[in-house]
Amino acid sequence: MTATVSSGWRFRQPSVIPGFGLTLGYTVAYLTLIILVPLAGLAWRSAGLGAEEFLRIATDPRTTSALRVSFGAALVAALINLVFGLIVAWVLVRYRFPGRRVIDAIVDLPFALPTAVAGIALTAIYAPNGPLGGFLAGYGIKIAYAYPGIVVALVFIGLPFVVRTVQPVMEDLDREIEEAAATLGANRRITVFRVLLPALLPAALTGFALALARGVGEYGSVIFIAGNIPYVTEIAPLLIVIRLEEYNYAGATAIGALMLIISFAMLLLINLIQAWSRKRYGHG
Amino acid sequence: MVDVTSLTRSTATSESPLTRLALIGLALGFLVVFLLLPLVAVFNEALRNGLGTLVTALQEPDALAAIRLTLLVAAIAVPLNVVFGIAAAWAIAKFEFRGKAFLITLIDLPFSVSPVISGLVYVLLFGAGSVLGPWLKAHGIEILFAVPGIVLATIFVTFPFVARELIPLMQEQGTADEEAALSLGANGWQTFWRVTLPNIRWGLLYGVLLCNARAMGEFGAVSVVSGHIRGLTNTMPLHIEILYNEYNFAGAFAVASLLAGLALVTLILKTAIELRYAGQLSAARGH
Repeated sequence: MTATVSSGWRFRQPSVIPGFGLTLGYTVAYLTLIILVPLAGLAWRSAGLGAEEFLRIATDPRTTSALRVSFGAALVAALINLVFGLIVAWVLVRYRFPGRRVIDAIVDLPFALPTAVAGIALTAIYAPNGPLGGFLAGYGIKIAYAYPGIVVALVFIGLPFVVRTVQPVMEDLDREIEEAAATLGANRRITVFRVLLPALLPAALTGFALALARGVGEYGSVIFIAGNIPYVTEIAPLLIVIRLEEYNYAGATAIGALMLIISFAMLLLINLIQAWSRKRYGHG
Repeated sequence: MVDVTSLTRSTATSESPLTRLALIGLALGFLVVFLLLPLVAVFNEALRNGLGTLVTALQEPDALAAIRLTLLVAAIAVPLNVVFGIAAAWAIAKFEFRGKAFLITLIDLPFSVSPVISGLVYVLLFGAGSVLGPWLKAHGIEILFAVPGIVLATIFVTFPFVARELIPLMQEQGTADEEAALSLGANGWQTFWRVTLPNIRWGLLYGVLLCNARAMGEFGAVSVVSGHIRGLTNTMPLHIEILYNEYNFAGAFAVASLLAGLALVTLILKTAIELRYAGQLSAARGH
């Protein structure tokens, strides 16, 4: 590329490669038509409701409980995935054992398996007459058709997000740092918790955020196992579907807008924490 | 005498054998219960009454219609997102321009939107209460509760897959190959077909695999726009729901086993590409 002295603001650096206008134009046009205009439509329609109507729907007990269920269960599931995702990634990166490659491939199953299939499969397992459900029912533990069922479905959906974000960073960890910690007198536990985990924190947070975002919006795998009892196990996306089936477009719009607002606020917060931890601990 | 302490002693860069064993056991146990068991359950339930019942359930007219519709939707949505993915990756990876990071964020947007909301936005855009709704109705154009709506919702949810795979890959590959081809007299299209495309083909295939798996398996977004008309606007995942709610578990799991089979094939091909062509995939990829 030619190095030219920049004369003030320019939109793009000069290049000999053709096709900038065509590809960027197509990208922006397609993005606008498929994603931005429809999303703007949602914003426009919810703005059209007026503040009073919007607040009425937002503070409706059924809306608030559905949002609480969706965000609460997604948070619990993402925390479980954070812990087990770190362990799974560690085992896959650091240890050698037979079947490791197969296990590594299986981690991506939730990306490939349709959510409705996962939903009915998990229900078959955890229903009172299913293999695990029946066993747990003996101890008075109910998974399917109850709150834990939602968490189980979201753990399934979210696991690969944590593993796949943490794994490459773990592979790049410099072993010399661990050796240095050891020679400076740290035992293995201190090395893991004071040296390794801080280095993995930004990636782990990214995975956590992705799993959380996915869990909040998840619909297909949850509705089969949740039992869908209003105020108890009814998730926000299901309430949107119910409102649409009632031709209550205002209700559906407001709940959809609320979900988007809370999700984006959460992601922004996590981005800020990430930026802080990256500055604090260095590693990307 | 067995040296017990050697089992519990950790070294400078690794845990003790006992801790290692415990962690492996914990990870495997977790994966078996949460990932493997559901997969086994699908095939187990589908084959509960024998292979014959499974095949009969799949030959039911509504099931066949659902399979056809799913294939049709994927056949439209995936190529469109491939063209978009290549165009976006070309613009973003081969050029330096302002607002690039923002553009990438926008491309990733559908990943952080609930599938149900992805469907909802099209209902609001084309539905009865919208600006376009009455006009579409007057001209007899059906988008919602018809195939176009299902295709649009599917494009929305699978939008970032190919682009996300290609952008980091093409950024890592840089522009030297293209500049060489151009300086030797190739035109833009020749450069793309003969130089760039061969360079990115495995990454492209990788993105197509993931995009296709999601397109064929999408439930929430499609559910909102489809209208659930049996034999007409039911894709395979929607057909599973209908059968399941009718307590036709054998039928539901029969269709589900087909999609689970697709998931397995996707995983196997994906792993094969990762093992064989790791050097030709982006090092920075991640989902």
